Amino acid sequence: MIGPTAATVLAATAPADPDLTGFGRDPFWLTLIKAVAVFAFLLLMTLFAIVFERKVVAKMQQRVGPNRVGPKGWLQSLADGVKLMLKEDIIPVLADKPVFILAPIISAVPAFLAFAVIPFGPEVSIFGHHTTLQLADLPVGILYVLAVTSLGVYGIVLSGWSSGSTYPLLGALRSAAQLISYEVARSLSFISVFIYSGTLSTSGIVERQHGWWYIALVPSFVIYCIAMVGETNRTPFDLPEAEGELVGGFHTEYSSIKFAFFFLAEYINMVTVSAVATTMFLGGWQPPPIPFFSHFDTGWFPIIWFVLKLLAFLFFFVWLRGTLPRLRYDQFMSFGWKVLIPVGLVWVLFMATVRAYDLFATDRSPWWWSFGVIIGVLLIVALVDPGHKKRYEAAEAAEEEKIANAPSLDRIPWPPHADGAGERPAVTAGTNPRQEN
Amino acid sequence: MLSNYVPILVLAVIAAAFAIGSVVAGVLVGPSRYNRAKVDPYECGIEAPAEPAGPHRFPVKFYLIAMLFIVFDIETIFMVPWAVTFGSLGVFGLIEMVLFVATVFVAYAYVWRRGGLEWD
Repeated sequence: MIGPTAATVLAATAPADPDLTGFGRDPFWLTLIKAVAVFAFLLLMTLFAIVFERKVVAKMQQRVGPNRVGPKGWLQSLADGVKLMLKEDIIPVLADKPVFILAPIISAVPAFLAFAVIPFGPEVSIFGHHTTLQLADLPVGILYVLAVTSLGVYGIVLSGWSSGSTYPLLGALRSAAQLISYEVARSLSFISVFIYSGTLSTSGIVERQHGWWYIALVPSFVIYCIAMVGETNRTPFDLPEAEGELVGGFHTEYSSIKFAFFFLAEYINMVTVSAVATTMFLGGWQPPPIPFFSHFDTGWFPIIWFVLKLLAFLFFFVWLRGTLPRLRYDQFMSFGWKVLIPVGLVWVLFMATVRAYDLFATDRSPWWWSFGVIIGVLLIVALVDPGHKKRYEAAEAAEEEKIANAPSLDRIPWPPHADGAGERPAVTAGTNPRQEN
Repeated sequence: MLSNYVPILVLAVIAAAFAIGSVVAGVLVGPSRYNRAKVDPYECGIEAPAEPAGPHRFPVKFYLIAMLFIVFDIETIFMVPWAVTFGSLGVFGLIEMVLFVATVFVAYAYVWRRGGLEWD
């Protein structure tokens, strides 16, 4: 059943999207300018985001934050980068040398690439040439973003594996498991956007959000926001770098500029997922649909809207870091697999049904009938809840057993005393019996 | 059609040149003073064990996650072209997708029941 469906569907997507005719016709010098601009934008955003994060977290914790280097400390991250560059480049003896050197490069380069299809704005004129403020527009835009952003996991796994050390290996495996677990939820959250946009091209999706933004597909947006934090290894999902358990995670053995590249990749990924969220759910460069602002939607103005929305997401990331503690690993994985994926799937099917009802329903009574039957079945299941009592009792018993078997101070054998008495000394408040020995 | 990808190649070349250039420059600019403790694998300050746990063995549990990922990622990838052409497929497309998701959901319930989604 699966095969023929897929074939039909793939055949149906074959014709090229008519919106993309203006692309791929820029002269080479313009392409070069745009590529350098995107590259510079990402580097600057990284430098900015690091100081921004430190300053905002400092404010949240009532500290001052970096304020020495440059005007009000805004050049701090640049100074840090230069300092890292001047540090010794250490390669551990047990490391697999070529892979160890390649890993940071593999993790940094794909981070830059995803930004190539993000639309910064509509058509403008540069030196007399009409061109869109977007490096490249692909008919498979969002698929390309998904593909490129998941390449970064290779850099992480290879870095951990090639270090020849315990902590990096564990950190890298955790990181890989985490990235792929939340990848599914992230892709699922895009599906309902595709149902409404009817295209995968990023510029097309922004175009179709004129008037109403896809943030209206609330659960998709929420699932994406959670998944993007998981994807970028940020608090509260920064398990690969849990200092108490794994030292520095996959980059424990790295120093100097190679360490800086993992840092760079993390922050660029943060900017990229924010930009994708902006494009998919917040209307990209479209101004907010408020009467006065909505006039500023031509020329270079839209870049301002785009950057503002991006900054809002960056602030959200920092806010999370300033607020939430880190999750436990099993909680994190359970949340991804047992909550986000089923909720994402059900929501996609629900949105598809609503859309189909809008598009195809001529005689609406069978739809209402089937809707009623589904709700009825769900209600009956919820009311009857087979096995509920049994489950509850089993959980109670397990809990009691756990308490009974829990490690307790009473069962730890006390070391024999110097005076020969094997008895445990009485513990009184404020005294530590061990200090007497 | 392929000309769409040229700008991406240009960006990739710039990024790769920057990354490789910086790594080479870092080696040239930075100092290099040998010290045995520096090149040992990190072990919280104590002497590293003769054969560390890495780099060649790791728990098989991670394979399970990878395999589950493949199942669900393929499911989502099937949904992408379906979603894009949703308007032209009609109610038939909706019913097909419900059946497809239902079959995958059986596998999902099985994995969950067998403890494939338990972590400790």
